[in-house]
Amino acid sequence: MGNVKEKYRFKHKHILGIEQFSAADIFYILDTATSFKEISSRNIKKVPTLRGKTIINFFFEPSTRTRLSFEIAAKRMSADTFNIAASTSSAQKGETLIDTACNLQAMNPDIIIIRHSSSGAPLLLSRYVNAAIINAGDGAHEHPSQALLDMMTVREHKGKIEGLKVAIVGDITHSRVAHSNIVGFTKLGAEVRVAGPATFMPPHIDTLGARLCKNVEDAVRDADVVMALRIQKERQDDPLIPSLREYSQFYGINRSLLRYASPDVLIMHPGPINRGVEMSPDVADGPGSVILEQVTNGVAVRMALLYLVMGTEGSKGE
Amino acid sequence: MITILQNGRLIDPVSGIDVSGDLWLENGVIIPARESFPENSLVFDLQGKWIVPGLIDMHVHLRDPGEEYKETVASGTRAAAAGGFTAVACMPNTRPVNDNAAVTRFILEAARSASARVYPVGAISKGSHGEGLAEYGELKGAGAVAVTDDGLPVLDSQLMRRALEYAGSHDLLVISHSEEIALSRNGSMNEGVVSTRLGLRGIPVAAESIMVYRELALAELTGQRIHIAHVSTSAATDLIRRAKARGVQVTAETTPHYFTLTEEAVAEYDTNAKMNPPLRTEADRQAIREGLRDGTFDVIATDHAPHSVLEKELEFDQAANGIIGLETSLPLSLNLVREGVIDAMRLVELMSSAPARILRVQGGTLAVGSVADVTVIDPEREFIYTRDSILSKGKNSPFLDWKLRGKAVLTIMGGRITHNAME
Repeated sequence: MGNVKEKYRFKHKHILGIEQFSAADIFYILDTATSFKEISSRNIKKVPTLRGKTIINFFFEPSTRTRLSFEIAAKRMSADTFNIAASTSSAQKGETLIDTACNLQAMNPDIIIIRHSSSGAPLLLSRYVNAAIINAGDGAHEHPSQALLDMMTVREHKGKIEGLKVAIVGDITHSRVAHSNIVGFTKLGAEVRVAGPATFMPPHIDTLGARLCKNVEDAVRDADVVMALRIQKERQDDPLIPSLREYSQFYGINRSLLRYASPDVLIMHPGPINRGVEMSPDVADGPGSVILEQVTNGVAVRMALLYLVMGTEGSKGE
Repeated sequence: MITILQNGRLIDPVSGIDVSGDLWLENGVIIPARESFPENSLVFDLQGKWIVPGLIDMHVHLRDPGEEYKETVASGTRAAAAGGFTAVACMPNTRPVNDNAAVTRFILEAARSASARVYPVGAISKGSHGEGLAEYGELKGAGAVAVTDDGLPVLDSQLMRRALEYAGSHDLLVISHSEEIALSRNGSMNEGVVSTRLGLRGIPVAAESIMVYRELALAELTGQRIHIAHVSTSAATDLIRRAKARGVQVTAETTPHYFTLTEEAVAEYDTNAKMNPPLRTEADRQAIREGLRDGTFDVIATDHAPHSVLEKELEFDQAANGIIGLETSLPLSLNLVREGVIDAMRLVELMSSAPARILRVQGGTLAVGSVADVTVIDPEREFIYTRDSILSKGKNSPFLDWKLRGKAVLTIMGGRITHNAME
């Protein structure tokens, strides 16, 4: 085993989705993130690892925590970071994604972190620039750094991923977090169940590796991890649920539902929470909730991703 | 001057012949062969290549007027001739929409010097807005051969009923773009395994089959004929098959991409695999092939839909629908013959005789006295379909860099050679 580990090389230039990773890749990222985590608890939270590197946060969708998490990660690694939001970029003036990308490329960034409402936008970008691309969420496709921080958090608490029962409850169709987590946890040998009204379930969800449960009790039964997704207000063009009120009644994660789960179940949420809708406040703040640890680990995971795509071997700032 | 196509394999579905022989053309018509070659005749020794009635593509977007940067009557018909077509029917979703005689005449004026015959198709509704009938009498008088709001469905069932009735009075064919928009809205590919994997909004099979069923019911109600465009699903194929069996006056077309590709072609967010209706599953592809075999489909059309990079080099969900098809239709359709799905006679029926019959236009036969619209096909000629080789202004094809087999080597329209790739 030691030999295998020594021979391992992280060979991904871009981080577009969990789908591109092997289990070995994911473990390597989590190990790297774990080794970086300590930096954030130092008095001086900065290492010189990415000094002189230019990182652009290119966000076409509003985001507070993911953008901030990437920016903090980059700054703690001493990279120079710049933020572009869609409202201030040329997207408003009708410039295409590719034009904008080529203009950014002309300024020689090392890494571009992109969030975009169109699935596949990071892949498109990667075809036109030399910089490493990190997907910070594309449409309903993937959100790899979120899934990695979720897996890191679970592994910290459970010591392993393999064999765990993971329930994801909510709007699976429109959730890139759910997509990346289903693929990631499955690759690491967990049993992933999904639940929610049928209006929230994409066709052939089983092909991603998840088991579709008829009701939320089945999904949560003996679960080691229960993850609730943020429920959007009803969409104008698509009547998915009658009301948030009814949703919380049948699919909200509350104390009485968690009686079905494993006694030491972990409670997770990618945020921001609609308290009282997909999760009751006493669950969000109660025993087993690791929601804020997810945020903390987010910085470590993103430091690891920045480090790995730069292929920077050697110093981690020890 | 007399043109003589010598030593060919003559295939004519109208007269049912498939024989070795020569075809003589003079003054724009097919004439009887004589004992000896006259002086100054133009002779092509075909060495067994196929001589078929000029191919007709009844579903083409020429983008002219209004989007000439995508295609013009001139560029589109050059692509058509290179693909073996002597005639195309052009869809009305131009700018302005072809919903009146003036636009129809404008297109036909441009077509006078074109490399293929152009049959304008008018709009069903004014501006294709789905409210109120366009003036079919005037459209027909100006030269339109059919009406459709292609690109959009007619959502109002009463309007569609009236369109069928009123078009019947003017002997115009109604062509249906069958799509239930409420189900397909914002979708950008087939709803299924691949859309789930890619996180793209899907378009379910029912979006097509629901509207096909409505069209069949309205054709039955009105006793009028209807033509269902670009059928992509097994479900719609089955509905059409059953309707035909009970005597509904329905004809239907499918396209080479639906019998060649599946939703897997979208896997890398390839916008050249994005069209409406979308590429479906392998089961649908097989059902389309069965429909071609058993006669459910009357026509192979291309839905040639040129776009520039402005519409295609975009995020997948932002990119325009549609692919070009004029220069790939014949080799892809010949695959059906090679794979034993249909025979050569049926292929010529699907690509020439049937569209001529359905549109009620000349051509589609090699009978003496018929117009000299003829295509010579080398079914074995191989070529790489490269971007640089494309004559259409649009380069948006999922078949780029494919090695294709079978090519039109000589296209003759009204006795005039419009394309010559003889070696």
